[in-house]
Amino acid sequence: MTYGNRNPLDSLDPTAMKEPKMPPTAPPVDQQAAARFAPARLDVVDLTASYRGLPAVADVSLTIEPHRVTALIGPSGCGKSTLLRCLNGMHLMAPHATVTGQVLLGGTDIYDPRVNPIEIRRRVGMVFQRPTPFPTMSIRDNVLAGVHLGRRRGRGTHDDLVEQALMRAGLWKEVRNRLKAPGGGLSGGQQQRLCIARALAVEPEILLMDEPCSALDPISTLVIEDLIKEIRETCTVVIVTHNMQQAARVSDTTVFLNVEYAGVPGRLIEAGPTEQIFNAPQQRATEDYTSGRFG
Amino acid sequence: MATHFASRPEAEPRPGGPGLRRRMATDMVGTGVLWLATALTVGVLLWVLGYAAVQGFRYLGPEFLTSTPPGDPSRAGGGFLNGIIGSLIVVGLATVVAVPLGVGAAVYVVEYGGRLARAVDFLTDLLIGIPAIVTGAFVYALWVTRFGFSGYAGAISLALVMLPLIVRATAEILCLVPRDLREAGLALGVTPARTIVSVVLPTAMGGITTGIMLAVARAMGETAPLLLTALGNDLFVETHPDHRMSTLSLQIFSNAITGFEAAQARAWAGALTLVILVLLCTAVARFVARRSSVTGAR
Ligand SMILES: Nc1ncnc2c1ncn2[C@@H]1O[C@H](COP(=O)(O)OP(=O)(O)O)[C@@H](O)[C@H]1O
Ligand SMILES: [Mg+2]
Repeated sequence: MTYGNRNPLDSLDPTAMKEPKMPPTAPPVDQQAAARFAPARLDVVDLTASYRGLPAVADVSLTIEPHRVTALIGPSGCGKSTLLRCLNGMHLMAPHATVTGQVLLGGTDIYDPRVNPIEIRRRVGMVFQRPTPFPTMSIRDNVLAGVHLGRRRGRGTHDDLVEQALMRAGLWKEVRNRLKAPGGGLSGGQQQRLCIARALAVEPEILLMDEPCSALDPISTLVIEDLIKEIRETCTVVIVTHNMQQAARVSDTTVFLNVEYAGVPGRLIEAGPTEQIFNAPQQRATEDYTSGRFG
Repeated sequence: MATHFASRPEAEPRPGGPGLRRRMATDMVGTGVLWLATALTVGVLLWVLGYAAVQGFRYLGPEFLTSTPPGDPSRAGGGFLNGIIGSLIVVGLATVVAVPLGVGAAVYVVEYGGRLARAVDFLTDLLIGIPAIVTGAFVYALWVTRFGFSGYAGAISLALVMLPLIVRATAEILCLVPRDLREAGLALGVTPARTIVSVVLPTAMGGITTGIMLAVARAMGETAPLLLTALGNDLFVETHPDHRMSTLSLQIFSNAITGFEAAQARAWAGALTLVILVLLCTAVARFVARRSSVTGAR
């Protein structure tokens, strides 16, 4: 099945504008926790993602288990970011981007035209390579951006939610006294954690992270790696990284993608428990890559 | 600037060699040319402003700001109160019409794209190139011939002058808002429309305001289209835009073209008032824009 190029801001399309289906009232806390503790499974089936008809990554099939940290590794240009962006439909935001195959979130294909893409993006959150705090918003408003602008729970102060999200992102202690300060005034590492808090405040089931530490110093990187291990308790994490030590440190499962030369699509070479990928890979290419012989 | 000239990738000279001296000479010449160009530009600007200020302050005073011109233009005294009020009303109306339309069109062009958006983009460029007198003639033919000269007709013609300027300025600023920010909004499950309203537009607020103020300043000074639409009224203060109205620019024109010294003194004072009014508007708008975005991101 091929899905055409959906214009990113195609709000003229009535289905794109539909409000996501929401529970009528906020569920009580324990129920919330229960919901958070049950992320759906993600199955990728024969996925090929293209830009302007040229596949960037092809024929990927893969299962992402709940509560695991899955690392996507591979040389640059092999399609890690593209694959990641396919997992919540953000791939189709790029101009002239198309997808074939399926991404099943809890058994439902997210590329089915009947599925509301906005609902999918609430369930599958994303953190980008470069920190992107909203420059006109305070730290607090940044954390609540997805909640307020998505009107999930309507307007309100949500002090508890702000604190909880910032705690989970490991930023609470540093910013508790300046929640009204602009988000852009934080350091790079803090900004990235602010973006993580912002993504967590929407309570996604799955959090996608595209090289979240590549623009950060080693200390901030360690802080973020620690918090990845913690948020696994409540949601599934898929992280792209070019740093193999990082993949080995944080992930349970590792997926190795490779591309033979520029111009051909990247392919999935091997996926398995991180230990196995690093210590006993089945494929020669995986061994070459993880042992640093190329890439 | 100096480093730019000095660091041109020429043959790698040894430090202190002849290459260095040549590059230093190039640097000096380049810097000199740029300095001269800057000085000329700023000089002409200051000359115009200074001349208007010197001439204008001869007569500008409380009487000028609070009275209408004398019935006999050769007589001294009187002022441009009707023009000041007329300008505020006509330009105000034009702004109220042009800002939402212009910003809306720019959002459409930049955020939605597509064939229609490219057509709007092209039309904007065409509109910018149309002389204001033609716009005035257009409004005259379509509106004035039916409903007569009025402040409304003037406002329509000025809105047509402002519209493409606002579209162009807003579109340019919107293009500068990083794509990452839009994607970050969308990735949170915020709708595209809401992302534009709550993330993109606030980020671009400062720049959009500046663009609007440039358009307002331009409209304040326009005379030609108003001659064909608002017509002017040197006799009394008119506040109802359904009637023919004066504006500062029209009064400067009508007083300046008489040979009388007293009328020309009033025209100079009017010119200075116009400059001050535009500066005031700009200052206020900047202040408001800074207050409205939480951090004053710009
Ligand atoms: N927006 C885009 N438009 C066209 N081609 C793209 C775009 N983004 C990525 N690509 C191409 O897709 C391939 C995979 O890119 P990417 O997913 O960014 O790889 P990685 O993240 O593994 O470095 C590359 O060949 C890249 O040139
Ligand atoms: Mg990448």
